[in-house]
Amino acid sequence: MTSMNQDQIEFQDYARRWLEENRPPAPRERLPITPLEIMSEAHRDYLQDWQGKVHGAGLVGADYPVEYGGFGHDGFQRIANQEMGRARTPMLINIVGLNMAGPTILAHGTQEQKKSLIPGCLSGSEIWCQGFSEPGAGSDMANQQTSAIPDGDNWIINGHKVWTSLGHFAKWMILIARTSKHHKYDGLTYFLMPIAGHAGVTVRPLVKITGESGFNEVLFEDAIVPDNLRLDDVGKGWTVAMTTLTFERGAAESAGGGGGDSAHPVRRLVDLAKNTWRDGRRASDDPVTRDAIVERAIIAEGMRQNGRRARVPALCDHPMRLPLQQKVTGSEFVQDNARLGVEIAGAHSTLYKLDEAAPDAGYWPLAYMNSYGHTIAAGTNEIQRNILGERVLGMPKSK
Amino acid sequence: MNENEIPEMPKDFGFGPDEEMLRDLAKKLLDQEMPIEKMRRLVAADPAATYEEGQRPGWDEALWRQCIELGWTGLAVPESEGGAGFKMVGIAALVEEVGGHALASPLLATLNATYVLREAGTQQARVGLRAIADGASASLAITNQRGAWDHARPDIVATPKDDGYVLRGSAYFVQDAFKSDLFVVQARLEQEGGGEGQGGGSILCVLRSGTSGLALSQDHIHDLTRDQATLVLDDVMVVAANVVSTHGVETLDRAWPAILTTVAADLCGSSEWQLQTTVEYAKTRKQFDRPIGFFQAVKHPLSNGMIAIDRARSLVYHAACCIDVNLESGTDAGFEGALQNARMAKSAASDAGRFMSDRSVQLHGGIGFTWECDVHLYFKRSMHNQMLYGDATHQRRALADMIIGKVSSDAG
Repeated sequence: MTSMNQDQIEFQDYARRWLEENRPPAPRERLPITPLEIMSEAHRDYLQDWQGKVHGAGLVGADYPVEYGGFGHDGFQRIANQEMGRARTPMLINIVGLNMAGPTILAHGTQEQKKSLIPGCLSGSEIWCQGFSEPGAGSDMANQQTSAIPDGDNWIINGHKVWTSLGHFAKWMILIARTSKHHKYDGLTYFLMPIAGHAGVTVRPLVKITGESGFNEVLFEDAIVPDNLRLDDVGKGWTVAMTTLTFERGAAESAGGGGGDSAHPVRRLVDLAKNTWRDGRRASDDPVTRDAIVERAIIAEGMRQNGRRARVPALCDHPMRLPLQQKVTGSEFVQDNARLGVEIAGAHSTLYKLDEAAPDAGYWPLAYMNSYGHTIAAGTNEIQRNILGERVLGMPKSK
Repeated sequence: MNENEIPEMPKDFGFGPDEEMLRDLAKKLLDQEMPIEKMRRLVAADPAATYEEGQRPGWDEALWRQCIELGWTGLAVPESEGGAGFKMVGIAALVEEVGGHALASPLLATLNATYVLREAGTQQARVGLRAIADGASASLAITNQRGAWDHARPDIVATPKDDGYVLRGSAYFVQDAFKSDLFVVQARLEQEGGGEGQGGGSILCVLRSGTSGLALSQDHIHDLTRDQATLVLDDVMVVAANVVSTHGVETLDRAWPAILTTVAADLCGSSEWQLQTTVEYAKTRKQFDRPIGFFQAVKHPLSNGMIAIDRARSLVYHAACCIDVNLESGTDAGFEGALQNARMAKSAASDAGRFMSDRSVQLHGGIGFTWECDVHLYFKRSMHNQMLYGDATHQRRALADMIIGKVSSDAG
C-alpha cells in the first residue's frame, strides 16, 4: 500500500514467481483453517517442510539479521506475507515462533539466546507454544500461579498452563512464571522453556467445541529450566509479556484481514453468495444479504485505513487509541464474516467438512465456531473494551 | 479493491503541516468563539419560538465574517480563482472541528457548492468560484420534492427561450438557504417541441439570492444549527452565458465524492463531541456510590462508539486522500475509487453518528431527555447529517452495485 523502492519491487517479483513455481501439491487430507487446529503428524510434517522451503527461499525471516538465520533486508517481510496471502500457499505452522517468540527474543534476548533459538523459529524446525494462560489466569493475566524457584544455576517449575495451541508438537514454550509472591506484576519472570520430551513436563490435549483438538494443557512437576534460558531480568516477566502481546495482537489483526489483504475475506463472501441459490434467485441478489456483505467490506476497509492512520500522529488523538482497538476489531471481523457465511450458505451450513456437499469444504461453520478462540484469547474482547474505556477514554476501572 | 491506485496513495493521507495548521487554527478559533454555552444561547434560547412559531434559530454572523476573513469560503476554490486550493484531507479535518462545535454557518453548503462549480470547469463556473473566494456563501438547489439523492430528475424545468432559458419550479431541502448569497441550481431541460426531458439532460446555473422571481420558503426542521428551505423559481430568465454546466447530472456526480466526504467529516466531529461529553458525564455522575463509567453497561458502549468513530474517521481521510490524488492526477482513473471510498465514509460516519446520538442521550439518563442538556443539539445536527445525501443504508445499496455487481435478472 505504500510506495516501494527498486529492491522491494524486485523482491516482490521474485516472491511472486517463486511461490508460483514452488507451490506444493495439496496434502492427502485437507488442512485445517489455521495452524492452531493442526492435529495430525502428517499435517505437521507437511507444513514444517513447507515453512523450511519458504525460509530457504528467503520469504520468511527476510528482515531478521543474517546472524540469526534471517536475510537482513528492510521492509521485505510485509511484501512476502502479502504475496503468500495472494498466492494462497499453505500456512506457516510456526505461528507462535514467528509472531511471538521470535520478535520477543530479538527484543529482549541475549546474543546467545538469539543465535541459538531464532533460526529454529524462522525455519519452522523448532515449533513454539505459548504459556500465558492458567485456569486462574485468563483475563486477569497477571494472576499467574505457576512457580519458578531458584536452584543453583537452574529454576524449578511447577504449575498448570491451559489453552496451549500446538503444545503437542512444540519443542519450546514462552512461559511466564511467578518468582515472587509479594508483587503481582513485578513477581513474574519470563522463560524459554523446553517442552518436548523434557522431564517433568506433561502435555495433554483439550478438545474444542468443534471436536477438533490442537490445543492442550501442559503440566509442570519439578521441571527444570537452566538460568541461561531466562529471558530478560528476574521480575521483568510482565514487561516482556507485553512485548509479546503487542506482536500477538498485531498478528491477530492482520490475520483478521487488517494487513494488505483485507478485501479477500469479503471477496470470499461475495463468491459464496453468487453461488448460493435461495428463493429462486442468487443470494447475491437478495438486498439484505447485499447490505450485510457491504457492511463487511466497509469494516475491512476501515481496519485497513485505521492501520494507515495509526502511523500519522497528527491524525491520532491518543497514541494507543487505534492500536488498542486492533484485537477487538480484527477478531470480531473474522467472527462476523464467518457468521454471515453460515447464514448465506443456509441449509448447507449444517454440513461438516467431511460431507462432500458442504460449501467451501465446510469452511463457514467451522470458521465461525473457531472464531471464538480469537474473541476470547489474548485478553477477551470484554477485557479489551475495559482497557479501551479506561486507558484511552479515562473512565474508572471496572474491578 | 482499487488495486491500481494503491501505490499512488501518500502514506500520511497527504496530511502535512499546512493541513495540521489549518485544523488547529479552526479548533482554536471555535474553542474560543463558540463554546457550548454561547451556542446554546444562540440556537436554543426558546423552544416554543423555534418549533411553534417557526422562527429560525440564531447564528453568529460576526464569527462567520471572521471565518470569511480567514478564507474559509475559498478553502476548496483553486488558487487560480483566488481561493486557497486546500487539499480535501485538510478541509475534512477542519470540517470535523466545525461538526465538533456544531457551528451554525453556511460553510458545508458553500463547500459543497464549490465542489460542483470546480467540476463544471466552465468560464461561468469560474466566475462563481471567484465570488465564493471573495466571501460569498453558496448552496446547492438540486434536490426534488421526493428527496431523491440521485439528482437525476430535478423538479425545476428549464425551457429554452431566446439565447437562454426560463426556469420554473422548486428545489427542495436546500441547506442553509437563508445564509446563502448564491445558489447552484439544477434544472431539467424541456426538450424542443414542449415535451419534458426524459433523460434529456439538465443544466446547472448560478443565481444570486436577490434574483427577481426567486423566493425561499422556509422548512420547519429539527436541527437548530442550520436552516433549510424550498427554493421557488417563478419564470427566472437565465442567459446561456450564465449556464455553468450543460451536463448537470454528470457534473454533480463528479462532485459527489467530495460532498459525501464533507458531510461525513461533520458527522465524525459531532460524534466525537458526543463521545467525549458522555465519557465526561460517566466519570462524574455517581449512582450506587460509583461513577457510572465504572459499570461495563456504560463503559463498553462508549468503547464501541470510539471504534465506530475511528473507523469512520479513517475512511473519511482515505476518501479525502483519493479525491486529492484524483484531482492532482488530472485524470479520471481514480474516480470510481473515490466515489466508493466516499460512500463507505458516509455510511460509516452515519452509523457512528446514529450510535453515538443514541448512547449520548440514553447514558445521560433523565437529564439527557431534557431541553436543558446539550446533547439534543448534537443529536439533531447528527440526525440531519445522517440523512443528508443518503443515509448509511442508501450508501450501502449503491456500494453493493460496485462491490458485488448489479442484481442479475436471471432467475433459476
